[in-house]
Amino acid sequence: MIPGKFDYYAPTSVDEAIDMLVTHGSEAKILAGGQSLIPAMRYRLAVPEVLIDINGLTDLNYLKQVNGHLAIGAMCREVDLEESDVVQSQYHLLADAAEVIADPLVRNQATVGGNIAHADPANDHPAVMLAYDATVVAKGPSGERTIPIDSFFTDLFESALSEQELLTEIRIPTPGANSGGAYVKLERKVGDYAIGAVAVQLTLAADGTVAAARIGLTNVYYMPMRATGAEAALIGQDPSDEAVLEAAGIAAAAECDPSADLRGSAAYKRDVIRTLAKRAITKAVERAR
Amino acid sequence: MAIYHDPSKPKHVADRVEIKTKVKDGASAEVPTTHDVTTTTPKEICGIGHRMKRKEDPRFIQGKGRYVDDFKLPGMLYMDIVRSPYAHAKILEIDASEALAMDGVLAVITGKDLEAHGLHWMPTLMSDTQMVLPTDKVVYYAQEVCAVIATDRYTAADAIEAVYVDYEPLKPVVSPFDALKDEVIVRDDKEIRTNRIWHWEVGDEAATDAIFDSATTVIKETMYIPRIHVSSIETCGMVANYNPATEKMQIYMTTQAPHAVRTVFALVTGLPEQKIQIISPDIGGGFGGKVPVYPGYVIGAVASLLIGKPVKWIEDRSENLQADSFARDYHLEAEMAADENGKIVGLRVNGLADHGCADSAANPSKFPAGLFSICTGSYDMKAAHVNFDAVYTNKPPGGVAYRCSFRVTEAVHMVERLTSMMAHELGVDPAAYRMNNFIKPEQFPYESPTGWEYDSGNYHAALEKAMEMIDYDGLRKEQLEKRERGELMGIGISSFTEVVGAGPAKDYDILGIKMFDSAEIRVHPTGKAIARFGTKSQGQGHETTYAQIIAEVLGIPALDIDIEEGDTDTAPYGLGTYASRSTPTAGAAAAMAARKIKAKARKIAAHLLEAHEDDLEWNVSQWQVKGSPDKAKTIQEIAFAAYTDHPDDLQAGLEATDYYNPPNLTFPFGSYICVVDIDKGTGEIHIRRFVAIDDCGNIINPLVVEGQVHGGLTMGLAPAMYEEIVYDENGQCLTGTLADYLVPTAVESPKWETGHTITPSPHHPIGAKGVGESPTVGAPPAIANAVVDAMWHLGVRHIDIPITPEKVWQALRDAGVTE
Repeated sequence: MIPGKFDYYAPTSVDEAIDMLVTHGSEAKILAGGQSLIPAMRYRLAVPEVLIDINGLTDLNYLKQVNGHLAIGAMCREVDLEESDVVQSQYHLLADAAEVIADPLVRNQATVGGNIAHADPANDHPAVMLAYDATVVAKGPSGERTIPIDSFFTDLFESALSEQELLTEIRIPTPGANSGGAYVKLERKVGDYAIGAVAVQLTLAADGTVAAARIGLTNVYYMPMRATGAEAALIGQDPSDEAVLEAAGIAAAAECDPSADLRGSAAYKRDVIRTLAKRAITKAVERAR
Repeated sequence: MAIYHDPSKPKHVADRVEIKTKVKDGASAEVPTTHDVTTTTPKEICGIGHRMKRKEDPRFIQGKGRYVDDFKLPGMLYMDIVRSPYAHAKILEIDASEALAMDGVLAVITGKDLEAHGLHWMPTLMSDTQMVLPTDKVVYYAQEVCAVIATDRYTAADAIEAVYVDYEPLKPVVSPFDALKDEVIVRDDKEIRTNRIWHWEVGDEAATDAIFDSATTVIKETMYIPRIHVSSIETCGMVANYNPATEKMQIYMTTQAPHAVRTVFALVTGLPEQKIQIISPDIGGGFGGKVPVYPGYVIGAVASLLIGKPVKWIEDRSENLQADSFARDYHLEAEMAADENGKIVGLRVNGLADHGCADSAANPSKFPAGLFSICTGSYDMKAAHVNFDAVYTNKPPGGVAYRCSFRVTEAVHMVERLTSMMAHELGVDPAAYRMNNFIKPEQFPYESPTGWEYDSGNYHAALEKAMEMIDYDGLRKEQLEKRERGELMGIGISSFTEVVGAGPAKDYDILGIKMFDSAEIRVHPTGKAIARFGTKSQGQGHETTYAQIIAEVLGIPALDIDIEEGDTDTAPYGLGTYASRSTPTAGAAAAMAARKIKAKARKIAAHLLEAHEDDLEWNVSQWQVKGSPDKAKTIQEIAFAAYTDHPDDLQAGLEATDYYNPPNLTFPFGSYICVVDIDKGTGEIHIRRFVAIDDCGNIINPLVVEGQVHGGLTMGLAPAMYEEIVYDENGQCLTGTLADYLVPTAVESPKWETGHTITPSPHHPIGAKGVGESPTVGAPPAIANAVVDAMWHLGVRHIDIPITPEKVWQALRDAGVTE
């Protein structure tokens, strides 16, 4: 529980932070909320030579509604989502997730940006952002770029961010009319990673059928994943039809690939995903109506 | 003394140990049960029965407690430990040269180094032996391999990474059933090549077999009571401070039994016992896990002795979870028999205990399976027989208690599960079935088929009260309606009997040291007092409850009485705090010592009042002339006189010591009812309500008892639904962090609804019994019974704890139920 030696830097601007990333490259780790990194360092699973602490970059600590999207700054804490009226009233999927991420102590410190940048399929935000079709904003030595969430996650703990880039913002499109979302998670106890969780964001057509749907799954694949089969089973269908729900649930259960661990067997986790998908879709539909 | 140092000396293998537990104490017959706590002292005195806020809490809630890790001594060094990555492996070489070359590293201590001093092995509390550091092979994952001593904590941590150990992995024995085959032998050091440690039987086998042969209904179930860990918030740790000038070894140590530890240290190291001082400061939870002496303690003490400087060793969380003594790990095959009227008549149990690589259980010496033979529980039956074997496996040694009195939890879980199963099997309501099978109030003191003499009880009253509080009949009605709609709701009952408060000294000892306990009270001239005890609070509230007992007897306000424990140089000798024994033993000693002072105070009062002793009567806090309350001397006036104006024929001072040897154990009991709703889709269990009625005899402080019950219930919930130490097939521990070993928090805990009945212990000086562990013992079967109750109609008969969502899901799917 005693970390190895490391150098510590505390930049005061984004550009300074990027300069440090350029200098130290793969030897460096960005420290934001530290809720994944610090435990890994204490167990010496991560032994970075350099820590770049961006907690001083207070200009990245924002959560605001702009130009048709919700802009979440890299230093926005999870607790800020819970306390935001905008999130609570317009971003139900995000609000659901914000309540069940880890525990209140962790949420006071953890950042949304760190949750995404860590690219851990067991984290809650990857599935949420996949369902929202969010966009990640990154800044590097050659300037700023946006990365669609569908191409952001590349492998376990791997993202499209380069070693010299800093995630600065996440943008979530503001849900339009007849849209609803929900996040339903099963966990062994508060603070544990999910046995499985399902994030759903959908839009209903005038006739009540599903016009558009995106579904993300948590902790049932080697990397963050979308359940495109479940989405296809829903689109154009009547979501109040139990057979449609069941088909979507079965599709999600089939396309995930959970591994057996102390949280349960693969068969159990698949069935949990089937059940949770049905419940999340039902909840999202209620909110869309 | 049952201590031996020779690691090659075999233990009693396969010999039958005859256990006589019967105690005749001349207890009076029926004890009346009441419901209200009464007081005889005003609030200013705060004697027994007052809801006094805990005196120790202001310092705890302000973060001003002083724990082992808070002690920083000049020149203090730090120890860290290299641990084995294998469950079973030969050590070919330990290369510490790189570590020793690091700045700030003073020493690397190996088993060979300790061997030179004869300290590479140590005795366990069960007179087995355990490696301090290995010389040839490691026998469990995370075992101590060698230790680094450095000038600071970070250097020590870096240095253990620079020690290279060459291992030759051996096939491990992980399952206790494999251990029985003796194909791989865990303990090469023993003369007899077997993994069997002991065989133990209690009860009348022939009579029990006869009962089963003639029984109308017999049910049988295999149960596993899993390996768990107390995971106290404070891990283990010490500061060993050897002073070469005075030749005194001072050890700050988070131990539940400081005096016994001092004696063990003296015997193991050969240091004169007066040169050893154990100081157990504030403790962040013990629960049984801080009774044993772990290898780290011995290594740290040796390091300080050899270097002549203070050495600090504080375990980290993973070391604590992976290498410290576990609890439980009993495999049971249990049968219950009922006659043609459905009455329980017999119990037959075969058990297999997995002790890991050493029997380092913290049981009284004569009881290899602890007090498991209390397993007939609250039910009057004709015969019972318990048959146990214990084996070595390649796992950490144990087992200690987990907030329970020596294996009572395992016994209670088994009998409460079986009783509910039998009720369901016979088609009788489990509450009514219990009422019909309980030992009746008029049967106390009750002699059980396995030889216990229960001191007092009224099981019907406790269950009736629980049923009333929870509206049992209404719940059963609701359950039927829900079942019609396909919803799963269950109601579980546990009506447990505990057995706590060891001694009596003639039957109970730890390594030969008799299990009495002690109190020493000194009343100062100004009427204030200090009292010291051989026990050691780890959160139980001794500073408050002991003061209340003395306040009750002497009329000195509880706030004027300081309670001290844990420093072996000042406190009277005692066996420590575990197994809910403090109130039954040291609490009794407090009352007895206070009574001695009260008797002396009477003589002094008689002298001051110029009256005859026999003409005086006690009134709350003063001796007064009978019928003349104006002619009185308060305890404070008497205390002053004890040092300034005592009678010529009486020695000065107002002090007394008592070493209390209880005539019997105490038998607290209770009835718990749990209501669960089950999610058919995910298998999740939602505990909707949990009512707990406890009877611990006379209640010293209702607030403290409620606190103990709340904590105990949560530690009953833990193994029932969350906690288990899990190993893979290679013996690697998979639950070495709190991310994997699931300790429930306030979020997971239901709203505990508590209540009590009061059936005093007839033999305890103030009629009290232990309580701290009752809820941990009683809660798991209430939860398990509720879950099975919800699914009995689907054919579900039993689910082993911890009952996880997956286990429920599997049972439902096996029964063809899905969402």
